[in-house]
Formats: sequence, structure tokens, C-alpha cells
Amino acid sequence: MVNYFPEEVLEHVFSFLTSHRDRNAVSLVCKSWYNVERFSRGKVFIGNCYAISPERLISRFPRVRSLTLKGKPHFADFNLVLHDWGGYVYPWIEAMAKGCTNLEELRLKRMLVSDASLELIAKSFPNFKSLVLVSCEGFTTDGLAAIASNCRFLRELDLQENEVEDPRGQWLSCFPDSCTSLASLNFACLKGEVNLAALERLVARCRNLKSLRLNHAVPPDVLQKILARAPQLVDLGAGSFVHDPESETYNKLKNVMQKCTSIRSLSGFLDVNARCLPAIYPICINLSSLNLSYAPGIYSKELVKLIRKCKKLQCLWILDTIGDKGLSVVASACKELQELRVFKSDPNDVGNAAVTEEGLVAISAGCPNLNSLLYFCRQMTNTALITVAKNCPNFIRFRLCTLDPITPDAVTMQPLDNGFGAIVQSCKGLKRLSVSGLLTDQVFLYIGMYAEQLEMLSIAFAGNSDKGMVYVLNGCKKLKKLEIRDSPFGNMALLADTGKYETMRSLWMSSCKVTFGACKSLAEKMPRLNVEIINEGDEMEGGSDDRQNVEKMYLYRTLVGPRKDAPDSVWTL
Amino acid sequence: MAHENDLNLKATELRLGLPGTDESDDMVSTANNNKRASPESVDDSELKANSAAKSAENETSSASKSHIVGWPPVRSYRKSNLQPKKEDSETGMYVKVSMDGAPFLRKVDLKVYNGYTDLLKALESMFKLRIGEYSEREGYKGSEYAPAYEDKDGDLMLVGDVPWDMFMSSCKRLRIKKGSEAKGLGWAV
Repeated sequence: MVNYFPEEVLEHVFSFLTSHRDRNAVSLVCKSWYNVERFSRGKVFIGNCYAISPERLISRFPRVRSLTLKGKPHFADFNLVLHDWGGYVYPWIEAMAKGCTNLEELRLKRMLVSDASLELIAKSFPNFKSLVLVSCEGFTTDGLAAIASNCRFLRELDLQENEVEDPRGQWLSCFPDSCTSLASLNFACLKGEVNLAALERLVARCRNLKSLRLNHAVPPDVLQKILARAPQLVDLGAGSFVHDPESETYNKLKNVMQKCTSIRSLSGFLDVNARCLPAIYPICINLSSLNLSYAPGIYSKELVKLIRKCKKLQCLWILDTIGDKGLSVVASACKELQELRVFKSDPNDVGNAAVTEEGLVAISAGCPNLNSLLYFCRQMTNTALITVAKNCPNFIRFRLCTLDPITPDAVTMQPLDNGFGAIVQSCKGLKRLSVSGLLTDQVFLYIGMYAEQLEMLSIAFAGNSDKGMVYVLNGCKKLKKLEIRDSPFGNMALLADTGKYETMRSLWMSSCKVTFGACKSLAEKMPRLNVEIINEGDEMEGGSDDRQNVEKMYLYRTLVGPRKDAPDSVWTL
Repeated sequence: MAHENDLNLKATELRLGLPGTDESDDMVSTANNNKRASPESVDDSELKANSAAKSAENETSSASKSHIVGWPPVRSYRKSNLQPKKEDSETGMYVKVSMDGAPFLRKVDLKVYNGYTDLLKALESMFKLRIGEYSEREGYKGSEYAPAYEDKDGDLMLVGDVPWDMFMSSCKRLRIKKGSEAKGLGWAV
């Protein structure tokens, strides 16, 4: 029956499928569906830029308009991966510039982006509308200037947590007067000065501007002028919020804030004087998202006063200065809370974090809709985790990080196996899990048994033996990414089910007990995996000993064989 | 309904592992009681805990806990961009200053001074007096006034003996001593 539908009908039906997973599924049904789907797919998601080549991408999806690419493995965020490991975007842009010039959107995460890449984008894609860079590096504001100058229909420039050099600081003035299409501009991560007058003019002429996140170089008086011009903003990232609460500027800011009734999301406050926070009280009631995790030095008392007013809050990113008591207040005020992230207020200090299991339990009791958690805490107990599991069965992402990676249950001194076991048992939709604290193989038995939807698992300093890792590989059928550090898993576990790795995106193992020989035999057996060994020292010089433990191994499935851009310190077996 | 509640309780109880093994029995007792596990299972889990701790320690034997690379897992961007601020950077560090014979006390914010010289100059100008030169051996020479402070223990101390930072964190109150009383404060003669 399927064959009697003309292609236009199929294409129309497929146009309602937005998720790439649905489209992937549909393309497997039969050849004609595969073909209709591939010609009509506009958005392509590539979770590992080395799993496929740009040429093959373009030949399968010739009409791609939006491309998402991810580069370095997740642990690169924590300095476990070399700077020059890879993830270069240039070859992708080069290929697209030749074969697919109607590219409109590019979203990159953990990739190396050079100014030359940005310049090439600016030159090659006349309809380019949206550039989103998350945790990328390698570019300067010169590259941004090229984008600003040339992308006539630019709608979105979103820079999240990138390391950017700022040699000239004039990129913002490069937006021509004719540019009025900007709807989203986020330059909070830029360290340098910006041309404030140019910024004000830009905001004034972009009537569709909905999202604006400023860097620390934008002072409160300019913020006030900007808000006066753009009361339609939905998402605001304040830069500097330090001023004298007795001043005229502060008064003006307070007044203009009251008119910004569309703001639903607030962030920034990169530099803040807590006595000025009352200026934002009027908009708190409308907020669904609040990120104060980069705002230094706000006391718990002030934080609580502010958050208490945010009755509709769904997403809160905060520092642990809020304390357990503060979290209790959040629990009583923010009943709609779905996502909570509590970060360490002093990330360079391994001293005490100011929140414990008590804060988490309070939140779980008050916020039953909680589905996403990142929690840096000083201590945890099984009882607390069991309670949290009972209160909040809807977790999709659960990431716990104890300061001491092998800290036991703070009360019973037992491993935290039971606590995490309760989480996976209760939260049937759990997709992402990071465990920490003292953990034995038992916790992995639980994870293998219960975490049926788990796609990403992060393990550090946990487990006793190969059995732990095997439980996970055998049990978690939907596992896509497994990253393990400093855990006693070895060759038996690595080689127990080699076929499994082709169903996953990647496996990272560092400071485990996997030997060079085992990695080699895995690589030999599985040609569609790239098994990379990252050497930092000269351990591998002068021939390699098969029995030697490998410091860092990263393997991933790929259709295009070993990559050619690996630095000398990365060996593909 | 009662029946459903029963099921729910069972669902959240941890009863797993291969049926009939020690492990599942241990886990049942621990989960049921929510107390310290019974003696046999304590041994078992202690063994596990010890071996886990040992193997973890073996892995990190060369690195002390406070210097593990990449732990706690905080993105390097966040590490380099969040400036931790000291607790009292906003309200200042105000301490009372009393002077013998003055009708009322004053208050100064220790945070605005760069060091002792700064502080003493400010006190001199505030109270219209001269304090004199500090020397470790002889205290303040050359005037009838000497600056003293009460520390955390309530003891009266001469200003200037300890490093400025230490002074800032231990000074609770300043007292400017005059005349013969000043002589008692660390003057050698």
C-alpha cells in the first residue's frame, strides 16, 4: 500500500517529523522512503564529526539547511583531552561551500573553529542565518567580524562558553546599518570591550530582537538604554550589574525593567552588587528560567529573596552559596521547577561545597516535576537518594557530583550503591546519569537491570572489577555514550561484547586497567570502530608493550575509517 | 488504594540481583531497615567498600584528593570565568574605634585601607592626633598615643605586630590608648 503514495504525499507527511531519530527510523523502512526522506531532510544532526565525512553527508542529504556537529569527547571539558586532539570544522565548511551553498544554520559543540572557517562561512552561504557555538575555541573576534559584516540575513549569533581571543574588539560595529534581522545575540563569553554605541544602535534597529546576552563590558547605564529600546526581549543576559542603588541610573533601570514584561529568561550578572537586585524583582513573577551561576558574591539571603518571587520558575542554575536552607525556600516557592543545577561557587577550590543531601531532599519534596539535575555537593546518603527517587520519578538527567569522588554515605559510611539503585529503578525515563561517591560493582548491576532508557553514563572512581562494566554493557540496551575514568575495569570488560560498540556513539576509558594489547585486538576485530590511544608522555615511545596499561582510550563507531587529522600524540590502532 | 500502595512500596524497595544469592539478601535487609546492615552483610559490604576504596586509592595513589585532574568535573570555561568573591566584600569590615577621653566612638572599614600606614594615617586624621613610629621592639615611640585592638580572644593587642591580613581577620575593635596606659603596651622601658 505504501508504494501507492506519490512521493509528494510522503514528503508532506515526513515534514511533520522534526526529530532526527524519527527521520532516521523512517528512512529504514524501504528504499523509496529512504529516498524521499533524504531529499527532504533539512536538519542534520551529527553527534560525532568523525563518524562520517562531509562529502557523504552532502551526497545523502543534498538539501541540508541546518547542520549540528559535535567534536571532542565530553571529558575534554575537564582537561582530560589534548587541546589539539581534533574536531576541526574547516573541512566541513569547505565541503559545504562546494556542494551545499544553501546552508542556513550551523551549530557546533566542542569543535575547533578557526577565523578562516568563520570567514569561509561568511563568504559561502548567502542565506546564512544562524551560528551557534558551544564550548568551541580557536577563533577570535576577527572571525566574528567577518560573520557580522557579510551575513546579510543573520538572525542568530549565539556564543556559549567559548574561549575567544579579542584582539581588536570592533566586531560589533561590523554589523552594517542594513542589518535588522537579528533575533538572538549572545556574546556573554567575550572578554573584551564592545563598542557600546554600536550595540545600542544595533538593538534599536533590530525590532525582532528577542534574546540578548551581554558581556561584562556592558555597564548598567547602557543596559538601561538598551532595555528602553527593546522591551520586547524574552531572554536577557545582563552584563555588569554593579552600580550605586542611590543613583539616577539605578532608578532609571528599575523603571525600565518594570516595562519588560516579556522577559521569561534571565542570566548573566557577571559582576553584581546584591543591593541592586531589587531592580529585577518586578519581572521575577514572569521568569521561567534563571541562571545566576556566573554571578559572584550574592549571599544566600539575597538569592533567596529573589528566587522566592519566581513562582513560575522551571529552570534554575545557581551557585552552592544558596545553601541547604536556601534550597528549602526554593522548594517551597518554585513548584514548577523542572531543571536544577547547583554549581560550586569556588570551582578552583576543593574545599567544602555548601550544599548537602538535605538541600536535594528538600527540593525533591517540593518540586515533583523535577526532571533534570546537576548537583555538586559535599556529601550524600543512600537514604536521601532513595527519598529523592520516590519523590521525583520523572528524572531524565541525573548528575551528582560529590566533592570527594569516593566519599561514602555520610551517615552509614556504606557505598552509595543503593541510593543510585533507587534512582534508576524509580526513574524509568532516565536518559543520562553521572554517578559519584563510593560505589561498588553493585551499582552497575542495578544500572544494567533498571536503566532501560539510559543513553549516557559517566563513571569516575567507581566499581571493583570488570563485572561492573559488563553489567552496564549487557543491560543498557539504549546506551550511546559511556565515559569512564579511574575505575578498575580492564580487558575482560572491554572485550566482552565488541559488537556493542557499533550500537553506541563512543566509549571513553582513562586511567582504567585496559592494556595496549587489548585495544589492538579490539581494533583488529572491529574495522568500523576507530580505537584511539591518547599519549601524553613518552610511555609509548620505543615500541609499545602489549601488557602496558593504556592511559586514555577513546573509541567510536565510524563509516569513514581512521581520521587523517590526528596529532602525533593520538594513535589510531 | 492499599493494594497499590503495597505494590509501590515493593517497587521502591531494592530487591534485585540474582535470586538466591547473598547479594540480594544483603540488599533486601539494608533497604528494608534503612538502618545499618545486619552483621553478616556489614562484613560483606565492608569488604566491598574496602576493596572499592583500595582499588580507587590504587588508581589515585599518586594524586592526593585535592589535586585530581579534572575533579570535580567543572568546565574549564567556568573555572576561569567565575571569580569567587569573599563573603564580606560588600558590607565592608567595620570595627569600632574608641579613644580614651573621646565622648563617642567612631567606626572604620578596615577593607578600605591598604595596610597599617594607611590605617594609622586615617586614625590620626580622624582623632586629630599623632600616633608615632612603630618599632617591633619598642612599640609606638614619639607620641603619647598608641593604637591597640581587641582580638578574637578578647585580648588587648598592639597594632602592627602581625601581618596586615592576619590583623584584618582578627581585629574586632580598635582602641587608641593614651598617656601612661600607652606606656604599658609593649614599651621596652
